[in-house]
Amino acid sequence: MSQDFVRRMPQGSFSLQRKAAMGAKFHLDLPLILLLLLICSYGLVILYSAVGHETGPVISQLVKIGVATVVMVFMAQIAPIFYLRLAPFLFLLGLVLLVLVIFFGYEVNGSARWLRVGGMFTFQPSEIMKLVIPMTLAWYFHERHLPPRAKHLIWAAVIIGIPVVLIGIQPDLGTAILIGASGLLVILLAGISWRYVFGAIGLGLMSAPALWYVMRDYQRQRVLTLLNPESDPLGSGWNIIQSKTAIGSGGLFGKGLFQGTQSHLDFLPESQTDFIIAVLAEELGLVGVLVLLTLYVMLMGRGVLMAVQAQDTFGRLLAGSITFTFFVYVFVNIGMVSGILPVVGVPLPLVSSGGTSILTLFAGFGILMSIHTHRRISL
Amino acid sequence: MAEPLALKDHSGESQIFLDRAVIGFVLLLLLTLLLVARMFYLQIVQHDLFTTLSDRNRIQAKSVPPIRGLIFDRHGALIADNSPSYSLTITKELVLDLEQTINDVSDILELSDDQVESFRRRLARRQRPFESVPILFRLTPSEIARISVNSYTLPGVEVEAHLVRHYPLDELMAHAVGSVRRINEDDARRIDPVAYSGTNHIGKIGVERFYESDLLGKVGYQRVETDARGRVMKVLDSTPPVPGNNLVLHVDTGLQQAASDALGDRRGAVVAIEPSSGGILALVSKPSYDPNLFVAGIDYKTYSALRDSIDVPLFNRAIQGQYEPGSTLKPFIGLVGLATNTITPEYTLMNDPGYYQLPGSSRLYRDWNWTKAGYGGHGNVNLQKAIYRSCNIYFYDLAVKLGIDQIHDNLSLFGFGINTAVDLPEASSGLLPSRAWKEGARGEPWYPGDTVNIGIGQGDALVTPLQLAAAVAVIANRGKMVTPRMLKAGGGASLASVRPQLPDVDHIPDAYWDLMTESMSMVVHRGNMGFGENGTAWAYIGRDDIAYRMAGKSGTAQVVGIPQGELYEEDDLTERQRKHAWFVAFAPIENPTIAIAVLVENGGGGSKYGSPVARKVLDYYLRDYQPAVAKTPAATTEGPLP
Repeated sequence: MSQDFVRRMPQGSFSLQRKAAMGAKFHLDLPLILLLLLICSYGLVILYSAVGHETGPVISQLVKIGVATVVMVFMAQIAPIFYLRLAPFLFLLGLVLLVLVIFFGYEVNGSARWLRVGGMFTFQPSEIMKLVIPMTLAWYFHERHLPPRAKHLIWAAVIIGIPVVLIGIQPDLGTAILIGASGLLVILLAGISWRYVFGAIGLGLMSAPALWYVMRDYQRQRVLTLLNPESDPLGSGWNIIQSKTAIGSGGLFGKGLFQGTQSHLDFLPESQTDFIIAVLAEELGLVGVLVLLTLYVMLMGRGVLMAVQAQDTFGRLLAGSITFTFFVYVFVNIGMVSGILPVVGVPLPLVSSGGTSILTLFAGFGILMSIHTHRRISL
Repeated sequence: MAEPLALKDHSGESQIFLDRAVIGFVLLLLLTLLLVARMFYLQIVQHDLFTTLSDRNRIQAKSVPPIRGLIFDRHGALIADNSPSYSLTITKELVLDLEQTINDVSDILELSDDQVESFRRRLARRQRPFESVPILFRLTPSEIARISVNSYTLPGVEVEAHLVRHYPLDELMAHAVGSVRRINEDDARRIDPVAYSGTNHIGKIGVERFYESDLLGKVGYQRVETDARGRVMKVLDSTPPVPGNNLVLHVDTGLQQAASDALGDRRGAVVAIEPSSGGILALVSKPSYDPNLFVAGIDYKTYSALRDSIDVPLFNRAIQGQYEPGSTLKPFIGLVGLATNTITPEYTLMNDPGYYQLPGSSRLYRDWNWTKAGYGGHGNVNLQKAIYRSCNIYFYDLAVKLGIDQIHDNLSLFGFGINTAVDLPEASSGLLPSRAWKEGARGEPWYPGDTVNIGIGQGDALVTPLQLAAAVAVIANRGKMVTPRMLKAGGGASLASVRPQLPDVDHIPDAYWDLMTESMSMVVHRGNMGFGENGTAWAYIGRDDIAYRMAGKSGTAQVVGIPQGELYEEDDLTERQRKHAWFVAFAPIENPTIAIAVLVENGGGGSKYGSPVARKVLDYYLRDYQPAVAKTPAATTEGPLP
């Protein structure tokens, strides 16, 4: 259908068509890349302010974005069929690494999340699973009829459950939730019956007390802090009180770029990483936040469009999961910083300083572009 | 199923995904709107609240302590100044492990358990975040060095310098000037927290307390922008502090030292007053204490040792100690007798037997030289002899003739039973008994025997050394009232609510003042007259050359009652059961510049033990006195300065 449409395109739009064709030739999607670069640039400005007018961290972040871009372009060149075939093996490899973390991982702040390779390079296996889980589920459903049946759902739950438990016991609740979410999104997009969805939600609510029981003390504290930050204004409530103060004092237009007192006088914790949205909100106000949210929505809109245009189930589900997972990051981060969700360590995608997060995200967008540009029937 | 199982329904699956993707995207938009709504709520609806919170975070009003006013003596010598003191502070928020830090500090400084305990108490008090809490005061240079060397292992522990009150004369002025002490929780409820926001100390006793509003000064402010660690980033605006007023006291440090030396190790008090002004030249109470101990925050052990000492060093005997006046009351009774025309200067008691009996009573009121064998007595006694021989019988007789009502009313005129001190807030008022008092306090009527005792300053009458010195100064002044005061200059604000002064004693003719002054000078100077004819103090202080002439009177206050018919035998009594020795004096008699009251607790006889102390003090004060000049006719006839 779309091929017919393209053929009928008038000559006048040749250059536009040619550009898209150029992008497709290198397996890239220009609107997506443009939006990514816009958000990253916006993020770099905020970061420059958050680190207190130092260029060092900004250049370092720029380098990470550059590396991530190379990875993204590389991932885009690989045809989706390879991802489809590799998926189960990547999954098994990921599980092995997660088990290794349990025995050989080294601890930072009481949780072992890292593996050391060659004594120098460290990485988080859980980070790889952010892409591997949706990929594996997409592979699993690709082979089966949709909407999924109960039996398939159980297997899907196992595929999600094992890594989530392994990550949860590191403990890294934030990542476990996000990885679980990325898997569940695949199931939802695969057309799971709404009866199961609402049933699961009801079950979840009922098992909340049990969840409370298995949570660690610091995790419980975070939930309590969310409900009433003033209960411990100097301890765990401090972060959330200070971030709300930063956001609220920004007002409509903010205090002006580089003028945020909460961030520059160090009242705001983690201002370069998880709480960077508070810097933006303080200095550029509600307007600045709306600009970022608009860019995010446009990016995700583009992602959804690309997912819908994908030609097979694997591509659709994987592209959809990558896009909607991105939104989960955005929502959890801003929700936590603005005090409507408990504090879990989730960076603001593309804006927070840090290499791992941006590498995974760009790799995901690379896969998204690969799905979009590798078509069985070429343009 | 319509279709074969082997085939996938591609368009159907595509449609399912499209449905789900659309639902997902709509959900995404709704959740984004939720975030926007949350931001709107925080940034627009609650903007004012969070702006206030943000400003409160960064803007701190830092108080800048004013410099407390200095206190000088009459010659400009420093009595109280401010010196830098180094204290150890802890900022809890910067400390990684409070318990470990306390242990480390206590190891480094080799602290006692008591000190560590007081740390914890200070740290437990509520404070602002990132406010440093002083936990140890007056660090020595070696302690500062030990902390500095280890500072890299002790984040949040710092040495801070402040100006704190310092009393360079240590013990000498403790009772004269009082002291500042750390503001305790009772004080904190009472004071204006704004005025005291810059200081940890408040004038707690004496002059420091009375002139607190003058000495304190006005706290200054800096509005500063601080970061989360409390570091000052910039000063937004400031109001400089106003230093407290300096005070100049009447006290003469040299005289104070002389009086302290004269008392030596004895417990007692010396108060010297300048009759013309009422200014207190010396105010000594012994034993004393080092007021600097209290400035820094005294540890419990030292404090309880001071508090529980049998010598009560914290007790200001000079103004709070209430003692029987003994025979020092006789000059006043005598003046009252003359003024009321109850006696004349010529009136003579014939053949004093050495004891007195009320009509119809067998009880003997003895004279001090009475013996069981029946010797004693002073022969024929007029007022003059009754003073210089300190004859009890004369005054028993006079007191009974006067009656308690006249005695009470007329002695009040000299300030007995009344606290007239201007700026010594702890001063006691003593006790001048009356019929009304006895019925109120004891529920008993006034007995004639009570009146007999009052005649020689015994029974219920109580005076403080300060009171007695002031009353003697009134005699020196020939009736001009003396209101004791410490302040010579400076510090106006605190004097606004001073109690009214007593009027002058102006109904006594000059001749009577002259007679009393002459009689009192004979106490000291009448000598070589043979047994029973010399002044009571002559043998102790009058024999030597004295460059000036003084008027004096000894007194003895009983500590334990002597049974009827028994003698007071010093050797039979323990030291603390012995009589208190009094001596009051003023000099030079032609133009008195100093009046003095000396009390030696458990000293024994007043002439023997009190008068040498008084003489040493007067000698010091009048050391440059030139009798040739002072004895010019002008000086003798004009009397004391107004």
